[in-house]
Amino acid sequence: MLLISCPFCGPRDETEFRCGGQSHIQRPGPHTAVSDADWGAYLYTRDNPKGWHFERWLHAGGCRQWFNLARSTVTHEIRAVYAMGEAAPVIGESS
Amino acid sequence: MRYSALTLARNALTGHRQWQPMWRDAQPQPHYDVVIVGGGGHGLATAYYLAKHHGVKRVAVLEKAWIGGGNTGRNTTIVRSNYFLPESSAFYEFSVQLYEKLSRELNYNIMFSQRGMITLAHSRHDEETLRRSFNAMSLNGVDCEWLEPDEVFERMPLYNRAGRFPVRAGLDQPRAGSARHDAVAWGYARAASDLGVDIIQNCEVTGFLGGDGHVGGVSTSRGNIGADKVCLAVAGHTSQIAAKAGLQLPITSYALQAFVSEPVKPVFDTVVLSPATGVYLSQTDKGELVIGGALDLYPSYAQRGNFHTVENVVAGMLEMFPAFSRLRLMRQWAGIVDVVRDSSPILGPSPVDNLYLNCGFGTGGFKAIPAGGWTMAHTLATGDVHPLIKPFALERFQNGALIDEAAAAGIAH
Repeated sequence: MLLISCPFCGPRDETEFRCGGQSHIQRPGPHTAVSDADWGAYLYTRDNPKGWHFERWLHAGGCRQWFNLARSTVTHEIRAVYAMGEAAPVIGESS
Repeated sequence: MRYSALTLARNALTGHRQWQPMWRDAQPQPHYDVVIVGGGGHGLATAYYLAKHHGVKRVAVLEKAWIGGGNTGRNTTIVRSNYFLPESSAFYEFSVQLYEKLSRELNYNIMFSQRGMITLAHSRHDEETLRRSFNAMSLNGVDCEWLEPDEVFERMPLYNRAGRFPVRAGLDQPRAGSARHDAVAWGYARAASDLGVDIIQNCEVTGFLGGDGHVGGVSTSRGNIGADKVCLAVAGHTSQIAAKAGLQLPITSYALQAFVSEPVKPVFDTVVLSPATGVYLSQTDKGELVIGGALDLYPSYAQRGNFHTVENVVAGMLEMFPAFSRLRLMRQWAGIVDVVRDSSPILGPSPVDNLYLNCGFGTGGFKAIPAGGWTMAHTLATGDVHPLIKPFALERFQNGALIDEAAAAGIAH
């Protein structure tokens, strides 16, 4: 069970949140110049690391704002909470 | 090792010290025709059909822990083919038909019990969706029966008749059921080993030999092993191993939980799925209830589940069967499943030469073990992709020909 610190509401139970998957995905463009392979990768290919994952979360049962987490997919530890549009923080190897 | 009443009696009289291992504990050889990574059901079945149907002599199955210790030993053992789209229907129906003959084929009792599987409808909209499934299954040539509420309650007398989600109809696939998961792994392992397949346990693949867009073997915790072809059948860890060959895949790994109750006398003799509660369950021959629900909905490699998912599943089950409120859960666990966006597997060659993929089964790989093994063996041995799995190629994520089975999977993951 996660305790997630919403940057707007403070620490709340994970049941109030929805995970929106990998963050920092850039839409390729301009559209006419994008190959099928690049477009397919943009839509479907994901990092899926065993370790630190940078992902979007929505506080669906609260302020309804999106934000980013750096979370370990092995221990579920949350190391950083940061705003949408911010660059991913540097996280140490150990979790 | 063969079993009979005679061997049972003889071993009982000699203190059960004479039983022999079911398969050889093989040592890795320097080179194989085919190396299969992952000693779960799919890997073992692929090895068996390679040796049996295609006469491939040198085959190895590499398993980092023990045979059938991953998702093959962690699933809820449901076998069914009540899919919606023709591509999936053909593939999974072939698998059910292979399951029907598997005990005889392997000379190993996999305890396939065709007790039927009933999907329920709780609202008018559910009913329309279920009617559409009924029509699709009929068109796909998979036999199914429409049940009125009285017929549903006749099959499951303990089902809640006055609950939050009333039963409006049921769709039964009579030939669906459950099988003993360990027996499927052990039966394939024994049969493959007898045909000369090397089953190598405690052998973790750490990388690939080769380079420049092709693989020529694997490096393992027990040394390098050369191979003409390598097949990945590692479910939730596919992304990790494929990355070592420079391959990124459209897979996200999640934890999926399952639950087993204490054993009770027979209370219902089918598999039931309720889309409204998001729960399905069946009763084993031993009397335990085997219960499954939705994924824990964020990426995870932790083989444990979250408690609120446990609460949701238990609450859903009690909505369906209030009489089970005094039962205790004996076990709860999670397996790591490889989910792709269209809920259909990825089967066949990869962009890396000589590297083949069997992955993306997500929450439902057990039912596909015989068909996955059969078709991957054909693909590996002949070089031609088996017709049944042509639609499940990795290229569909580039050309857009997805097989979106999300609705027919039953549980809204």
